[in-house]
Amino acid sequence: MEALFQNIINALQWGSFYALIALGYTLVYGVLLLINFAHGDIFMVGAYIAFGVSVFVLGTQGLGLPNWAILACGVPLTMILTAGVGVTLERIAYRPLRRKGAHRLYVVITALMCGLILENGNLALLGASRKKFPELMEKAVWTFGNVSVTNLKVIVIVAAFATFAFLNFIVTRTRIGMAMRAVSYDKFAIPLMGIPVDSVIVFTFVLGSGFAGLAGMLFAMSYPILEPYMGALIGWKAFIAAVVGGIGDIRGAFVGGFLLGFIEILVVAFFPSTFRDLIAFSILLLILWIKPTGLFGVARHQKI
Amino acid sequence: MQKYAINIAFFVGCLLIVLAAQFGMVDLYVQSVIMFMGINIILSSSLNIVNGYMGEFSCGHAAFMCVGAYVSSVVTVVLFAQNKIFGAPILPPDMAVLFMPLAILIGGLVSAVVGILVAVPSFKTRGDYLAIITIAVNYMVISGIENLEIIGGSRGFMGMKQVVYAMSDVVNIPWMMIWTILGTVFTIWIIRRFVSSTYGKGISAICQDEIAAEIMSVNTNKMKLVAFMLSSGLAGIAGGLFAHVIGYVNPQSFNILKSTECLVMVYLGGMGSLSGSVLSAVLFTLLLEALRPLQIVKWVIIPLILVLLMQFRPEGILGNKELGDVFPRLKRYCRFK
Repeated sequence: MEALFQNIINALQWGSFYALIALGYTLVYGVLLLINFAHGDIFMVGAYIAFGVSVFVLGTQGLGLPNWAILACGVPLTMILTAGVGVTLERIAYRPLRRKGAHRLYVVITALMCGLILENGNLALLGASRKKFPELMEKAVWTFGNVSVTNLKVIVIVAAFATFAFLNFIVTRTRIGMAMRAVSYDKFAIPLMGIPVDSVIVFTFVLGSGFAGLAGMLFAMSYPILEPYMGALIGWKAFIAAVVGGIGDIRGAFVGGFLLGFIEILVVAFFPSTFRDLIAFSILLLILWIKPTGLFGVARHQKI
Repeated sequence: MQKYAINIAFFVGCLLIVLAAQFGMVDLYVQSVIMFMGINIILSSSLNIVNGYMGEFSCGHAAFMCVGAYVSSVVTVVLFAQNKIFGAPILPPDMAVLFMPLAILIGGLVSAVVGILVAVPSFKTRGDYLAIITIAVNYMVISGIENLEIIGGSRGFMGMKQVVYAMSDVVNIPWMMIWTILGTVFTIWIIRRFVSSTYGKGISAICQDEIAAEIMSVNTNKMKLVAFMLSSGLAGIAGGLFAHVIGYVNPQSFNILKSTECLVMVYLGGMGSLSGSVLSAVLFTLLLEALRPLQIVKWVIIPLILVLLMQFRPEGILGNKELGDVFPRLKRYCRFK
């Protein structure tokens, strides 16, 4: 029983990372209908930016601030810089293609290639040696019976829930959120209504990449080893989670991320860990087979 | 005679390559590059059936290659080679010469059957959801093979070199080169026939508009099943050739990066253009080899070239056309059905 609770808490933490990344996928997909395959690598870049910020700018080799100050300034700085990376990608790679009205798949290929550039550019620039993320927080362990919870786990889970609430609020309650939903509904009529499509799209990229940066920082704090390929696998998996939830829907991405987290952790708890991918993906495939548009997705009606 | 000029030139070219390999005029490195070129041609043109002609987005092509590679190498190793787990060869190794293409075809058939795993969900799902299913199938196949200890698990599987050596013991000619060239020609021939048949018309109808195609009495489910199975079967053949050329297979060499390479070759050549995929596979292989001294920077430059290509010529090298449409005069010298 206690093992089960411990696994649930681990699954919540692991699912939080998937959920945070899946939210970025789903935001961009919801607005642009573009699978931003570079998103996993933006997450990786976010982790590296967090590393750079907390070591070379604010930390021991920069201003030398105390840990709480690094954390307080580092999180927003990381989010802003990562958002900058996402917006740069949009500006350089995706927007010209969109202007030309290129086929959707070509944009997807461009996104894939941008991901590869980020990954291998990082490898070429910083080398293959793994980076050790500094410990920014005193580790506190709270034990209830045999179930132990670290403060970091609580922060990660709370951050995921807060991000979900924040994004849900923005998309459903604010003017810019309404504009985002409008762009996803009809891309051709919206400019006629006086809504600046490009700035809405940039805002979407800011949100998605910013939270990928947050996820990167939290990930680096939880598993303090950084390597250039860490974003690829987790990005693909988060994308699958977003689709299982119903891509384009904020709730779907959130639920899908936690679902994948739970499946993976529970599989590892009861089977040999090499079966993780096999069983997790079989279950997801089954879900998509039964409900082809995902858990929260609504089928778009096709007209002839 | 003029009509067959290019065909004859191609045949003579292949013969020259084989002869050059036989008499040691080209070194092993060049030979392996030529063989990889053939394998890449098979991969890109078979993926082009689904991604180009049918307009779906399949990004797990390496999964089928993996299945084909493992099945055909297990078949040849069990039959003709000494192996720690499977024991002594069942048939005398001399017979490998006869059974080699059969084993590769068996690999292709099994991976065509695995293709059903993607084809059946595609009846209901389209577009991005289908893309996920293909990615998930890729992960599942790799993970499944990693858990099969009997064929080496994540350590990989080897022993195919023994089979190749056994073939060379019978008659000492570059067998793998010959099989690769034959496999490539077979693939291009079958895809060409397939695309210009009624099935091919049905598949391009699905690409244009699925509902309209169904109304025009195209059996869309059957078409999708046939297209996916053909595509994955040919990928399996490519995998079988790959396994025997390298002599060693590892599940991780068929991961999502390999699938990405296949995708890149298709879109570089142009969707729905057979000669485009052949051309792009040749160019891509040459590019990979030419940039090899740059090591990791290679993987920055290649995506960068592709991003630029997408910006300035988003439809790929040949776009939606065949080589014969771009240079109409070529048709005079080439008869190809």
